[in-house]
Amino acid sequence: MREVSIIGIGQTDVGEHWERSLRDLAVDAMIAAIKDSHAERVDALYVGNMLSGELTAQEHLGTLLADWGGLGGTEAYKVEAADASGAAAVRLGYLAVASGVHDFVIACGVEKTTDADAETSNASWTYGTDAEYEGNQGVTVPSMAGLLMRRYMHEFEVTHDRFAPFSVIAHANGVNNPHAMYRSPISAESYARAGMIADPISMFDGAPLCDGAAAVLLCPAELARRFCARPVRIRASAAATDRLAVHSRNDPLFLQAAQLSAQRAYLQAGVAPSDVELFELHDAFSILAALSLEACGFAERGKATALAGEGAFDLHGRTPICTMGGLKARGHPIGASGVYQVVEVTQQLRGEAGANQIEAHLGMTQSLGGTGATAITHILEG
Amino acid sequence: MNVARYWRTEKTRYGLVGETCRVCGKPIFPPRDLCPHCTEAGQDLRTFGGRGEVYSFAHVTDAPAGYTEYQPYTVALIKLEEGPLLTAQLTDVDQSDVRIGMPVEMVTRKLKEEGENGMVVYGYKFRPVMHE
Repeated sequence: MREVSIIGIGQTDVGEHWERSLRDLAVDAMIAAIKDSHAERVDALYVGNMLSGELTAQEHLGTLLADWGGLGGTEAYKVEAADASGAAAVRLGYLAVASGVHDFVIACGVEKTTDADAETSNASWTYGTDAEYEGNQGVTVPSMAGLLMRRYMHEFEVTHDRFAPFSVIAHANGVNNPHAMYRSPISAESYARAGMIADPISMFDGAPLCDGAAAVLLCPAELARRFCARPVRIRASAAATDRLAVHSRNDPLFLQAAQLSAQRAYLQAGVAPSDVELFELHDAFSILAALSLEACGFAERGKATALAGEGAFDLHGRTPICTMGGLKARGHPIGASGVYQVVEVTQQLRGEAGANQIEAHLGMTQSLGGTGATAITHILEG
Repeated sequence: MNVARYWRTEKTRYGLVGETCRVCGKPIFPPRDLCPHCTEAGQDLRTFGGRGEVYSFAHVTDAPAGYTEYQPYTVALIKLEEGPLLTAQLTDVDQSDVRIGMPVEMVTRKLKEEGENGMVVYGYKFRPVMHE
């Protein structure tokens, strides 16, 4: 296996792009990633996307984007793993380069949710649950997170207000990210006042569905310096799955896939959680941020909210999370979010994170599909 | 168009028909070809009693397409007396009365209507136990 580096990154603003289509957004991110490097060719394109067929009647997305992205003839596919689709595209790109099959690969995540009405995109997002035994009961993705949050509050005797720091941190960091959907801070008081969307999940517990695209260009590490002044090495790439339906898991409050993929990544990189200097986690809901931190070894079970309250995950805390706003404030363009995470850690490791710059050489990303049935973890070194 | 799709899971939805694994003996709901506990193939059908308790719940006020006319409603994880968890709506209860640990029993209710010419889908929901 060859070592793999990131030599180019690109991202569109995250938000409601009424004037730009699915393909426009993806091509913008792809071109930006190519321009950011000095690569002269692309051998393969992997597109992470969950709902292009449902929301924009467009499948065959790999070929469409190779065509419109000026990569005519290039091998190209869409990969789908619910909310973790973008991270899956990064992992497939990594595998293609590491294996020696391809030298220059683009992983692009894209989602366009605003071409459908809110009820339809909400329903389609639910397709990542078990359609026959969860979806059929009228669950929503927020309500699935709500089931976990209510049980967590019960088992660990944690009140709802203790989850506020996750949203407060994300919004505080989103302020300085020019690509973020929300660039306004929120307070613990406004968190406590937010209306419910799937009680106990409030407006301020959940990340907004929206539009966006992000891309990374990968190549063998031995070639990287020819094409990029500050290449970022992918020290580990790992994925794992859990039972799809939450009701089929042995312990719904323990994200087994998140733990498995993190452990595999730590093993591959030869590092421990204490070596990780920033962690872009999957805060689609505040409860998932807590469960991800616990599964990955950054907090003991039931203790993530207490640690968050002590400032452990603030921008200049022990393990900064959501340093560019996370899913909560940057926004959650479903199948693109996993690539945004990798782009943002790359910005941090290159020293290009602007006002949110932290001193870091090792960063981790973890993208979850649904309520944790898929988990894909990357460890990057700059 | 969806008749076969719903017909296939009719026994499970109307009668809480699941399985017992012939190899490890554990109860399985919903039924599947490979035991989720020991991954062996080979199960005997069994009907679950329909009694259980609320393991967790969330109130849906932002329903997906197809369910908006029923909102607000409460979805829950139900722990059946025999062991398995399942996902179902609660019914015949005020949202403010729902508690973790509340004893519930299965009833058959309409889950959704798929438009004027589509299926009317029935299935299990759970309500507070009416009589001991």
